[in-house]
Amino acid sequence: MSAPVYNFAYLDEQTKRMIRRAILKAIAIPGYQVPFASREMPMPYGWGTGGVQVTASILGPDDKLKVIDQGSDDTTNAVSIRKFFVKTAGVETTTKTNEATVIQTRHRIPEQALTEDQVLVYQVPIPEPLRFLEPRETETRRMHALSEYGLMHVKLYEDIARHGHIATTYAYPVEVGGRYVMDPSPIPKFDNPKLSDSAALQLFGAGREKRIYAIPPHTHVKSLDFEDHPFEPYRHDAQCELCGAMDSYLDEVITDDAGTRMFVCSDTDFCEDRRAAGHHGPQGGPVAAIEKEGAHG
Amino acid sequence: MYVAVKGGERAIDNAHKLLADARRGDRDVPELSLAQIDNQLALAVDRVMCEGSLYDRELAALAIKQARGDLIEAIFLLRAYRTTLPRFGASEPLETSAMDIRRRVSATFKDLPGGQVLGPTFDYTHRLLDHTLAEQSEVEEPATAPADGARFKSVAELLAGGGLIEGNDPPADEVGDLTREPLSFPANRDLRLQNLARGDEGFLLALGYSTQRGFGRTHPFAGEIRYGEVEVEFFAEDAGFAVPLGSISVTECQMVNQFTGNGTQAPRFTRGYGLVFGQSERKAMAMALVDRALRARELGEETGAPAQDEEFVLSHSDNVQATGFVEHLKLPHYVDFQSELGLLRKLQAEFDARDAASETPMQDAAE
Repeated sequence: MSAPVYNFAYLDEQTKRMIRRAILKAIAIPGYQVPFASREMPMPYGWGTGGVQVTASILGPDDKLKVIDQGSDDTTNAVSIRKFFVKTAGVETTTKTNEATVIQTRHRIPEQALTEDQVLVYQVPIPEPLRFLEPRETETRRMHALSEYGLMHVKLYEDIARHGHIATTYAYPVEVGGRYVMDPSPIPKFDNPKLSDSAALQLFGAGREKRIYAIPPHTHVKSLDFEDHPFEPYRHDAQCELCGAMDSYLDEVITDDAGTRMFVCSDTDFCEDRRAAGHHGPQGGPVAAIEKEGAHG
Repeated sequence: MYVAVKGGERAIDNAHKLLADARRGDRDVPELSLAQIDNQLALAVDRVMCEGSLYDRELAALAIKQARGDLIEAIFLLRAYRTTLPRFGASEPLETSAMDIRRRVSATFKDLPGGQVLGPTFDYTHRLLDHTLAEQSEVEEPATAPADGARFKSVAELLAGGGLIEGNDPPADEVGDLTREPLSFPANRDLRLQNLARGDEGFLLALGYSTQRGFGRTHPFAGEIRYGEVEVEFFAEDAGFAVPLGSISVTECQMVNQFTGNGTQAPRFTRGYGLVFGQSERKAMAMALVDRALRARELGEETGAPAQDEEFVLSHSDNVQATGFVEHLKLPHYVDFQSELGLLRKLQAEFDARDAASETPMQDAAE
């Protein structure tokens, strides 16, 4: 029993080629879910195996990788995935959004607009936007083929009839390039506008469900809505306590047993950048005062 | 002041150290060897090899040790290792009628050529805790008989001779492999069987059981269950003939099921098939029941029970997938939770406002 020797970025070249073919097909048909022969990865299904396989297939030795979960580079799963690529690919990593060439994310899109030199890789748990309306794959594939999206509109309409609002707050369905309805992964709907006309390539990998899909750069992405109930991104009506941002997505943090709350930016790099530039909120000093962790990897 | 949660890397490293410590346990207790696991927890090794889809007793024993006895975790370890191995192709079909039999029982015939061979089985043991095993125990040498080298036809083959049971045509195309091509529906039987062979024992057991209790009844008889060693052959293109690779131990179950026939087919028996690595009759039998249940559509039977629902069964049988997705709920979800909180607060505020507004007219009505 000898210790296994792994290829660059873990996957063998044949597997990478298979995944790249799926990615190319996905780019050619924006929003269409391409089945691919997802491999068993050394991290659990549901923990980013799809994103990891996509990243492993597009990563080159010169790439600079950023991994975020919930907008932060320091959540445990982001750390774990970053370490995986440091170990298997030896690539440089960064927490800076503007320095990264490949960004793997779970549940957020960075606040800072991305450029054409960047690829954003999403981890996707359930790629099928119609899954909770129709559990059968055979049915949903047919519905996509025929652009039969009435069921989704009925669902959104029923939300409005019952609650007065569309009661979907994350994984909010979108229409890509005027054709396929797509699940943008469980990002808050606050992030949905950033999906549209992005300069960066956006790739979505669902490992357990064995699907890859894509939004090519500069593709129009529309969040589903009605003329009289237009799509509205939600944001807490507050400012970041640390950097004072009024336009970023906020995490609510409970600070004591009495339920005292404060709000801070979910995108930690964005928040740090702002503080470095001299912005600060009610509790945030300049960035030098914040304990900075050493460079990763 | 709130300080952003940092230090994830150090926390993970320390958690792993603690795990290694907990795995080893009390250092005064001798450490388990892989040979001990392989020999004395052989059925755990069998299960991990089967659901891990990799026949290697030593690696399976290592996985069990590393997983602290958590078999699904061990299966996961073996699967992840399997991903990295090169793949040469598919073996020739196993010739289970040429098996070196260690156990062979039939529930459909009192006696049959080759006889009933009980072999090492828990059946007919009284489930009384044996306290002599708590200490080092002396074990008698087992009784043996000379192997006669005879090849035992299976019950299904015997029935097939009389035309009483359906034939089993080999698949026309190359057999599929769901680890290389994503599963799509409807799936052919080769892929269904592969999925079931890798599937979770507990899940298949429950589904098989459900068919016995009326949710998709298949009227099964355990035609035959056999366990032993079979040779694996691989067709070598260069040599132009099949070369033996070695032998593996497997359990095979052939269920014989009633079939009432339809407009085009005469009534006859049909088959449900189970094959697993090592000795696991529970899994092989459950697999055979579910295999037969999944053929309901093909045989024009009524469908609708969970075990007959191909998408339901095949999409949820894999315990590595299932455990990953169930357990991923412990990953942070606070971004989405914040979104939900925001909506909930808004809806509650609107509800309260409506409530307050509707108080006045209610009072009016009461007057």
